[in-house]
Amino acid sequence: MQPSADSTKPGYQATVSSRLQATLEGRHALVVEGVSKVFATRPGIVARLRRLPGGGKRVVAVDDVSLVVERGEIFGILGPNGTGKSTLIRLMSTLLSPDAGHVRVFGYDVVQQEAEVKKLINRVSVEASFFKKLSPMENLLFGARLYGRDADSSRRDIVAILTRLGLDGRSITSPMEDMSRGMQQKVAIARAFLTAPVLLLLDEPTTGLDPHSKREVQAFVREIRDVHDATVLLTTHDMQEADALCDRIAIVDSGRIVALDTPAQLKKLVAGLEGAEPTLEEVFLQLTGKTIEEAEKEAVA
Amino acid sequence: MTVAAQELRASYAFVERNINLTRRYWGWEVVWLLYTIANSLAVVFIARSVNSAVGADALSKAQIDQVVLFLAIGALVWHYISVVFETVSDMISWERWEGTIEYTFMAPVRRTTHMVGTSLFSLVYGLIHTAVVLVIIVLVFHLDMSRADYVSATLVLLVGSLSLIGIGIMGAVLPLLYPERGSQMCHVVQAALVLISGVYIQADKMPAPLAAVSVVSPARYIIEGIRSALIDGNGVVDLWKTLLGLFLCGALLIPLGVWVFSRGERYAKRAGKLKRTG
Repeated sequence: MQPSADSTKPGYQATVSSRLQATLEGRHALVVEGVSKVFATRPGIVARLRRLPGGGKRVVAVDDVSLVVERGEIFGILGPNGTGKSTLIRLMSTLLSPDAGHVRVFGYDVVQQEAEVKKLINRVSVEASFFKKLSPMENLLFGARLYGRDADSSRRDIVAILTRLGLDGRSITSPMEDMSRGMQQKVAIARAFLTAPVLLLLDEPTTGLDPHSKREVQAFVREIRDVHDATVLLTTHDMQEADALCDRIAIVDSGRIVALDTPAQLKKLVAGLEGAEPTLEEVFLQLTGKTIEEAEKEAVA
Repeated sequence: MTVAAQELRASYAFVERNINLTRRYWGWEVVWLLYTIANSLAVVFIARSVNSAVGADALSKAQIDQVVLFLAIGALVWHYISVVFETVSDMISWERWEGTIEYTFMAPVRRTTHMVGTSLFSLVYGLIHTAVVLVIIVLVFHLDMSRADYVSATLVLLVGSLSLIGIGIMGAVLPLLYPERGSQMCHVVQAALVLISGVYIQADKMPAPLAAVSVVSPARYIIEGIRSALIDGNGVVDLWKTLLGLFLCGALLIPLGVWVFSRGERYAKRAGKLKRTG
């Protein structure tokens, strides 16, 4: 799959309507202001009954995070597993309420104006979650109806998008459980794309994919921004992916943003080994004092 | 497109999805239907064994047929209540199991729309299932249904379903808040509802505490109404009080169910429970 000029030809028109475009004009795509989220686990019933000390656990998943994403950007949130990237995405997608701070999507508050926000966003998560016995067509048609689309045009667009992503006619009508993970992830992207989101939230969309599928998904992400006028927020722990795809990157560690800039500017923060251009891995090491692997172990602990 | 049309379309999404799932899981549907038939027949056979159990002709054939019909209606209503209640309350646990819960709750759909769609499917599915079992029971036991008023019985079932849907929506909050055991908790609620409603015994003949509680159970009036329609042949006019009571009960319980669920959803969003793995 390569992004190409002919991808705008008729078949699917997942673009923002001119009316919506006018409404959203001049607004930031996403504003996150001082957002924090803490998860607390309660002690077990025995500990509670016996009034034993401790037992409950308090995990700060997101710690006073602020950022602004401009319309049309591909914005990356980069960090090891377990450092709050997915929690941030869930806060943006109305699935989680912040303990402190505000999240606004094109000016709409995710808590107070949830219904408006939901019309503007869609999300692809690391797990391609579907009704496994249903086919891509059945799953996507369900999704399209939830977003108010009619069945006939949805069916046409589903075939066009999935064919574009490399699925043949038989795969489109066969149960999802028969498909590879890479294929399922493509269907997940199609599901999000079908609803023409103005802000697309991608939570580690290429994790676990083979290099070929990874390249295909990355090309499609660029196309969604370039051709279909969407803003993309992407979380990843893949430094190369962030470097290749994102206009700006926020590096997170332990729920906090430790740096936010373009990949080029971030690299300027550190001197490369033997004069070579530094990688984002080296940037992460410099900023946090630990490698990605060490940060992941720390997060698990 | 008006908001109502959009919500209706979204509501149909849940009906269509559930039809597709039923079609794809057809093997399981056959097993479930056979299980239900076997269960219902086992209960109704009890009536046939009364004389042999006491070792005397305690009941005449006509009386045995009456007991057969009494138990058969209990078994059918039990089954119908289970189907409606489970379909509505399982709307969360199934989506959590499949991993789609985040996508459904992220979609721009009112929770009422979500529940209306699920409930519509549960009514149609429950009616078809129950009708199949009824036909088999009638054929196996050669029941005399000449006096039965099917119109009023169906009406009692449908109007009574409003209350079941309301209780089901309230029950659906359990899997939302308790990802690991919420589904089993729903079964406890369902079993308690059936116990206090006089499925195989007249509600006022139950032990005093149960009889007292049964007064507030809409399922009791559904069962009594259907028995009255199918055994005594009472029509819609005769049953207007039951129908009105059930309607009012449903009109109260559905909004209450939606309110309880929305409170639960708000809590789930604060506590981070609105996710696939719980």
